Amino acid sequence: MTAAVFFGCAFIAFGPAFSLFIFTIAKDPLRVIILIAGAFFWLVSLLLSSLVWFIATKATNAQDLTLQKNLLIFGSIFSVILQEVFRFAYYRLLRKANEGLAAISEEDGPPLSVREMAYVAGLGFGIMSGAFSMINTLSDSLGPGTVGMFGDSQYYFITSALMTLALTMLHTFWGVVFFEGCERKRWWVIAVVLCVHLMVFSLSLLNPFYVASILPVYAIMLLMAVWAFFSSGGSLHNITLLWTCRKSNAETSS
Amino acid sequence: MKSHWMCSNLVRCLGDGNTSLQKLATSIVFFFCLSDVSCNSVEQKIYVELNNTVPCVRLLNATHQIGCQSSISGDTGVIHVLESEADLEWPLSKGPNPPYMVLLESSLFTRSIMMKMKNESNRVAGVAVVVPNTSPPEFSPHTTCPNENTGVYSDNYGPNLAHCNTTVWNPRGNGLSYEEFDFPVFSLKEDNETEFIKQCYLDHNRAVNGSAPQYPLCAMQLFSHMHAVTNTPTCMRRNDINFSINPEMVCDPLGDYNVWGSIRPYNDTVFGHKENESVVIAAARLDSRAFFWEVSTGAEGSVSGFVTLLAAAQALREVTHAAPPTRNILFAFFQGETFDYIGSSRMVYDMENGKFVIDLDNIHSVLEIGQVAVHSGTNLFLHSDPVSRRNNTVNDENLVNNLQSSTAGLGFLLVEPNVSQPLPPSSLQRFLRAQPIPGIVLADHESAFNNRYYESFYDNAANLNLTYPSDLSPEEQLEFVTDTAKSLTDVATVVARALYKQAGGDESLVNTIKADPKIVTQMLYGFLVSSNNSWFQAVMAPELKNILKPSPPEYYVGVAMSSTPTRLVQYLLANLTGAATNLTQSQCMYSYLWVQGIVPPNSTERDSFCVRASVRLTKAVSPAFELGEYASKDYSTWTESRWKFIKARIFLVASRDLEMLTLGVGVAVLFTSLLVTYFISTKADVLFSSTREPASAAY
Repeated sequence: MTAAVFFGCAFIAFGPAFSLFIFTIAKDPLRVIILIAGAFFWLVSLLLSSLVWFIATKATNAQDLTLQKNLLIFGSIFSVILQEVFRFAYYRLLRKANEGLAAISEEDGPPLSVREMAYVAGLGFGIMSGAFSMINTLSDSLGPGTVGMFGDSQYYFITSALMTLALTMLHTFWGVVFFEGCERKRWWVIAVVLCVHLMVFSLSLLNPFYVASILPVYAIMLLMAVWAFFSSGGSLHNITLLWTCRKSNAETSS
Repeated sequence: MKSHWMCSNLVRCLGDGNTSLQKLATSIVFFFCLSDVSCNSVEQKIYVELNNTVPCVRLLNATHQIGCQSSISGDTGVIHVLESEADLEWPLSKGPNPPYMVLLESSLFTRSIMMKMKNESNRVAGVAVVVPNTSPPEFSPHTTCPNENTGVYSDNYGPNLAHCNTTVWNPRGNGLSYEEFDFPVFSLKEDNETEFIKQCYLDHNRAVNGSAPQYPLCAMQLFSHMHAVTNTPTCMRRNDINFSINPEMVCDPLGDYNVWGSIRPYNDTVFGHKENESVVIAAARLDSRAFFWEVSTGAEGSVSGFVTLLAAAQALREVTHAAPPTRNILFAFFQGETFDYIGSSRMVYDMENGKFVIDLDNIHSVLEIGQVAVHSGTNLFLHSDPVSRRNNTVNDENLVNNLQSSTAGLGFLLVEPNVSQPLPPSSLQRFLRAQPIPGIVLADHESAFNNRYYESFYDNAANLNLTYPSDLSPEEQLEFVTDTAKSLTDVATVVARALYKQAGGDESLVNTIKADPKIVTQMLYGFLVSSNNSWFQAVMAPELKNILKPSPPEYYVGVAMSSTPTRLVQYLLANLTGAATNLTQSQCMYSYLWVQGIVPPNSTERDSFCVRASVRLTKAVSPAFELGEYASKDYSTWTESRWKFIKARIFLVASRDLEMLTLGVGVAVLFTSLLVTYFISTKADVLFSSTREPASAAY
């Protein structure tokens, strides 16, 4: 629509990812490398799944709209599955790499814990996924016009940005939970993550009924946030500790 | 095209979404779109490009700029369809969402409405005019006194006749073409695109019961940024700035080529005065203009004149070969006459400076064919210059007598106008400016023009009553002799006979001179209905056949030096006055043109042949540009600005509140996330108890 909408949507979609990056990742070069490699893995998974879809559409009748839509849904489900497969592959790669890194590092033991790698890998997946979703839409938001001429909702840009934000965060949480599950050999976690990913995808099909798609997605994001918090070593006790720490700090300083 | 379709339909059937579905679609669409440059699914949800638009462009002369200008990134305005002149209040003062893009029907495209919008131009982003297929009762955007400063009448010569003090030639003129607007003005046709625009306006922009319409509103954006400013000396000076290897030109002089041909050929390399050579010049003008760029049709204004002259040239072919007259006859077709006599001033300048095959002293007399749209039985008028007649410096009597006696048996008369009035705007005025020469301008108007659409886009075939029965195919229409063609044929016969007598030809052969109505009707069809017909194809050169289109040619003189009417008239004059030959070269006083020829029946190859004719082109660029006098008052100084691209599109615009809300939410999300992340990352060791190393921060 204009520069205001461009910056607004850019901040909504990429603000949290950006702040996570500068506060937790940017200082450590190893984390940066893992982040970028994670983004690359996600990209490869998308490439392979889109190749499958491309061949499927070329081989079929392009005029048949329902067939094309069904092919797209099939292609997307295939892509979701492939993304999780690549997440698992990345986990295996990082485990192997960790042993090598431990051998050459100066400190005792590996420089990054599996939890840290899980978080960084998830964030890498999320950032690349968000970029692919949003950049195209962002570039069109710079012009003077807005969506709606052909019956679409005029809140298109904002809702796209909100969905991108949710998806970036979701990928981060899925990364944490997934790696933790693999670490503890709890294979049902992988199945649950896959199912939740598919559920989010099918909710997005409900667009443009944004109430029916965005609110449930954010609810799922909060649930995943809680699960990721607990599986990465947090607990209610820590939260209360934090609270009393702050209170006592406030008391001692006042 | 297919991928374009694919993208748009994919988008529509997907709805929108931001999970892997959309990402998948985005990547696929990207693959598809590599082959089709314009394919962008979100862009197609937003913008609708308008393809059948014509802009109004900027022209400059020695002292002014005229025309329209948009800002460099286009002008956007909320569409408002104007219903009446009183409705102008809404865009100009009452409407709550300025600036407005005003959509006008052609009946509202008047001087008063355009001037009101010009005065409030901070609330008007642009104007779009819907041009209908039927013409209004009258409309002329030209000035009331065409070419008043570059004719022969000035303070030194007939001061009471100058500046239309005695006769206003174009009383219907509203002068819109010569106004300067600082917003873009585009013209739209009456087709599906315009219906779509009006529907968009009705859906989104209508005020309900006096309250403001709700966002999102339908808006239009017009791009027509012109690079030249102020006037011709300024833009020509800027053309000369050489900062880089590719200097940016900002304007170009208007001009093209004049076409001339003569009965007895001249050696094209020997210029200057020719001893004992006396020439009768028969002149007509080729070009016209309209308010919008290039869409000029000039049926009554110019086509009637030069078609008559071409037919007269053809009528004279046989008799001048059988019994050549004493004097030579030179047929001259001038380009650029609309813009202060570019072509004729250049020819006079060339004659004065010895750069043309004859010079002014060789001219015996001039007969010019002006606007001659006639119905059978109406009289035509012979205009002459009263100042030179009064001073007895010229003697027009012979020419007048020759003309009047040539109408015997043809059903109309040639009358001299009663009042002592000046010459109408005509190329003859430029000849008189240089030297007194006897001359007559033949026209269908006694004083003011009869043409109700002078220099406008409505001066088309309908204005000449050129109608064909509805059941004819295009080829049959080409051959059908219309009433208009019959009347113009009679005029051409008169002109041919008068020229022959004026050139001292054999009096007994005069009555054998007859113009051919079939040729006249074919020319009228080709110049006013469709230039891509079999006859024009046959007379054109093979390398030029692509300039023929299924629509009539554009008569705007332009800057590209390649206008279609010039080429058509050149080849037609060659075909009508020259001879088909199959010969080798010799001392060449002729021009040789290789033309396509007709397709004989039972064959697909054309019978191409070589035409030998004394038809030449001479450059018709104003002498002001040769001399470098860009502020000249004597010569035409018209230039046309350059531009990068011209396009138009419509879309919806959202309210400012929604945009600011989005920005606000974005900034809030960014700051909140920065704060929370900082807080959690500093307290990470407390929040995440770990058995091994310091844990990372997570949301």
